[in-house]
Amino acid sequence: MKEYQTITEISGPLVYAEVDEAIGYDEIVEIETAQGETLRGQVLESSEDVVAIQVFEGTSGIDRDASVRFLGETMKMPVTEDLLGRVLDGSGRPIDDGPEIVPEDRQDIVGAAINPYSREYPEEFIETGVSAIDGMNTLVRGQKLPIFSSSGQPHSELAMQIARQASVPEEEEGDDDEDGSEFAVIFGAMGITQEEANEFMEDFERTGALERSVVFMNLADDPAVERTVTPRMVLTTAEYLAFEKDYHVLVILTDMTNYCEALREIGAAREEVPGRRGYPGYMYTDLAQLYERAGRIKGREGSVTQIPILTMPGDDDTHPIPDLTGYITEGQIYVDPDLNSQGLQPPINVLPSLSRLMDDGIGEGLTREDHADVKDQMFAAYAEGEDLRDLVNIVGREALSELDNKYLDFADAFESEFIDQGFDQNRDIEETLSIGWDLLSMLPKDALNRIDEEFIEEYYREDDAEREVVEAAD
Amino acid sequence: MSKADTTDAVSDDGVIQSVSGPVVTARDLDARMNDVVYVGDEGLMGEVIEIEGDLTTVQVYEETSGVGPGEPVENTGEPLSVDLGPGVLDAIYDGVQRPLDVLEGKMGSPYLDRGVDAPGIDLEKEWEFEPSVEVGDEVGRGDVVGIVEETVTIDHKVMVPPDALDEGETTEVTAVESGSFDVTETVVELANGTDVSMHQEWPVREARPSANKKTPRTPLVSGQRILDGLFPIAKGGTAAIPGPFGSGKTVTQHQLAKYADADIIIYVGCGERGNEMTEVIEDFPELEDLANGNPLMARTSLIANTSNMPVAARESCIYTGITIAEYYRDMGYDVALMADSTSRWAEAMREISSRLEEMPGEEGYPAYLAARLAQFYERAGYFENVNGTEGSVSAIGAVSPPGGDFSEPVTQNTLRIVKTFWALDADLAERRHFPSINWNESYSLYKDQLDPWFEDEVADDWAEKRQWAVDVLDEETELQEIVQLVGKDALPDDQQLTLEVARYLREAYLQQNAFHPVDTFCPPEKTYLMLTTIQTFSDEAFDALDAGVPVEEIVDTEAAPRINRIGVQEDYEEYIEELKADITEELRSLY
Repeated sequence: MKEYQTITEISGPLVYAEVDEAIGYDEIVEIETAQGETLRGQVLESSEDVVAIQVFEGTSGIDRDASVRFLGETMKMPVTEDLLGRVLDGSGRPIDDGPEIVPEDRQDIVGAAINPYSREYPEEFIETGVSAIDGMNTLVRGQKLPIFSSSGQPHSELAMQIARQASVPEEEEGDDDEDGSEFAVIFGAMGITQEEANEFMEDFERTGALERSVVFMNLADDPAVERTVTPRMVLTTAEYLAFEKDYHVLVILTDMTNYCEALREIGAAREEVPGRRGYPGYMYTDLAQLYERAGRIKGREGSVTQIPILTMPGDDDTHPIPDLTGYITEGQIYVDPDLNSQGLQPPINVLPSLSRLMDDGIGEGLTREDHADVKDQMFAAYAEGEDLRDLVNIVGREALSELDNKYLDFADAFESEFIDQGFDQNRDIEETLSIGWDLLSMLPKDALNRIDEEFIEEYYREDDAEREVVEAAD
Repeated sequence: MSKADTTDAVSDDGVIQSVSGPVVTARDLDARMNDVVYVGDEGLMGEVIEIEGDLTTVQVYEETSGVGPGEPVENTGEPLSVDLGPGVLDAIYDGVQRPLDVLEGKMGSPYLDRGVDAPGIDLEKEWEFEPSVEVGDEVGRGDVVGIVEETVTIDHKVMVPPDALDEGETTEVTAVESGSFDVTETVVELANGTDVSMHQEWPVREARPSANKKTPRTPLVSGQRILDGLFPIAKGGTAAIPGPFGSGKTVTQHQLAKYADADIIIYVGCGERGNEMTEVIEDFPELEDLANGNPLMARTSLIANTSNMPVAARESCIYTGITIAEYYRDMGYDVALMADSTSRWAEAMREISSRLEEMPGEEGYPAYLAARLAQFYERAGYFENVNGTEGSVSAIGAVSPPGGDFSEPVTQNTLRIVKTFWALDADLAERRHFPSINWNESYSLYKDQLDPWFEDEVADDWAEKRQWAVDVLDEETELQEIVQLVGKDALPDDQQLTLEVARYLREAYLQQNAFHPVDTFCPPEKTYLMLTTIQTFSDEAFDALDAGVPVEEIVDTEAAPRINRIGVQEDYEEYIEELKADITEELRSLY
């Protein structure tokens, strides 16, 4: 391995060095500074005599005399089942004072694309215990469903709640095969504050979730460039556990906005032609290469499900980050500042939220036969109530018809009973649907035009007495 | 360059000078623009996109990690081409026509490895060739010389390659074979020395020749009420479906692929979700073709270049798709091509362009964006083929405008070309009104030329009924603005009734449940009858109102809400007849 002391230019996170041999694109580089510190980087551009290197830890401390070593391989993640229960930094090195990790394999972090022909279509329900998700925007195994939030919203609490409660109903039937299909959570933090990180860690430790988790921490004061590597480390680990060790892996990535900022920083340092709002033109492809690593593969037990969290600058979902994300992921969950200020927990606005894979993951044999109809009707009724709220502000309730008033009551009750369940309550799907029917029974039968008559017959609560009985039974 | 014959390629090799993502620069490579080259020790497939001095720039269709300067670049001397012949249908390809099922076998892994190649059609499989010419017959370019049963649905017509003869020139058939052959074997020999086999190649960036382009006059019936009823597309027409994420572009494209009455469907998944393509791959072999009960895959060819697959292959997948479509058009078939999404294609162009450091046009897109879009859509149309048959290519492109803003360059440049516009609407999607096509913004410029067909095939007053529905919906839009301010009850009775009629139009007619086994496909007859039912209600209700019945009582009747269930009725004729009678009887009993 040759060492060079040929650095010609240092600019932001980039270092340019002259070389006299062929250096592969994406190859890993080590730079040793005069102080004896070793920094790691990656080849961004390679030509015959000069290479551009992106340094993960930042370039401070590097001078013209620093020595550059090319390792001759692309970035790898050491993977093993023993990673479960461990806490790593953003580049995959343990920071929890635990024993050294003995890898079973070292895998390229730039995962190859899954052949669409080899994928298996996701259609198994994941019960998150959150009514707004299970009932209205169901998550399925192998899906990528981001949380669209904004600064100051309790998206972390929601993510923790999902990580804690998520289960696959089948699991409970008791697999004989011990390696069968266990649940694992991989948590990738990019640029979050120490305080947020502590909250996550405390929650992980308090609930015992850590032993089935792997945590990657790149904090706000860690180098920004490292953030571009962290999610790839996370997903390589996830793929290994899912497709080689049969785990059902839930990946939580927070905060994707910080990741994209890092991309922009590198793009700017390279003087690339910027796309919208200064983000690089290849951001769609780059994000797709992360999000598309969710899924299931034919003939493999496990699955990778992703919940990326992003904070929308200015709560604007047309900003490039949420916009491009929405075009790649299979739906989105909106955390709404208005609902949050009303004190709803979790403050999920179901109307703009969507789960694209829901329709194949619910219904008879999966959740319950009336699920799709109930969901459709609740969406329609809540949207109707929401519309009427605007009108009420102008004309008052008295000016509205009896039915309109019922829709208004429905919308209120929907928020207070269905959505606002608290971050600690775990509801199974039966309970979620039962609350749904309580609410729908506030409306007259013939207003339920999206529900099959058969289900109305079976589930509609004819009078208040019956409703109360059901509520008492809960 | 097709992958079928890499052996006889002339090569003048070069050496890699620099690598930046999918863009590789090579020195001393003797190549023409758009030649296919193999890059690096692993032989990654690429295409020449710029030549400057002794430097040649190549876009590589595969991931370039680890590729470095000094590695060889080998030129094939031929442009990017597709393999055409039996076996294209019922197949699933990536953006450069590598069959994904074959790749899976060759790579032995569910991941797409690099440097693995496979021909677009199976070169060894034998097909039963049945000649349709005899020795001594005169044939011209594009003429059919024989037939192969490609799938249960489609007879593949083996044609004289269009570049074998000049326009108008004919030649004599000197030998004809019959029986079982693989696609590379000669089945017909011509006097001018051409050996016709079942396999042809065609460069993807070049349109296949045709004799004449004609005005399309037959609708592409989709079984979707809002499309057939209000905004129809013609066979050979072009359409754009723009919409923000979550508004149902892909579901609409899937519905068209499933139910459109075209002979052949080419579905191009361009830079979209892997799981969506998997859904198509899993569903289509099991779904029945409505026309004949065969599996849908028997008339379908899929091109899947998902968002995480190499960006250069995404750029080429649209061309691969349209070239295959043209090939089947030449056989006299009606082909429908769905491209989901053309925005991803445009972004691939932008990404490559920015790596080339070209001067950007609007929003960073290259200045040639509009020209490329126009070229693509111009390859659609209703054609008279070079062999005298008629065939069509309908192109339906989804557009994904950033932030749902239709003023962005891809949407705008597309709208300048296409004649049908189905505008998807986030508000409608949010209230789960599907398909969430906005009836105020959408349009079809084919309406007038297609009306005669609908009037002959469905009902004499098809156009009249449509106009009635459009008028009611327009009036509703205006009234809704007032309702927003003062509430519905402040409106006069007749306007309240109009709102009620419009509500049935929206909820029963315009909404359609793609996931309901019956409602998912609505034949034009049912679309028409449904509209007449709503009109019956409207007529009777206004008569009642004129006779002094209060609007509340009219709205409160029991028969009318059954309109909402017409969509899910299998025996709709009977149901509708009864319903019309009930509505009439009930409303007349009020006065």
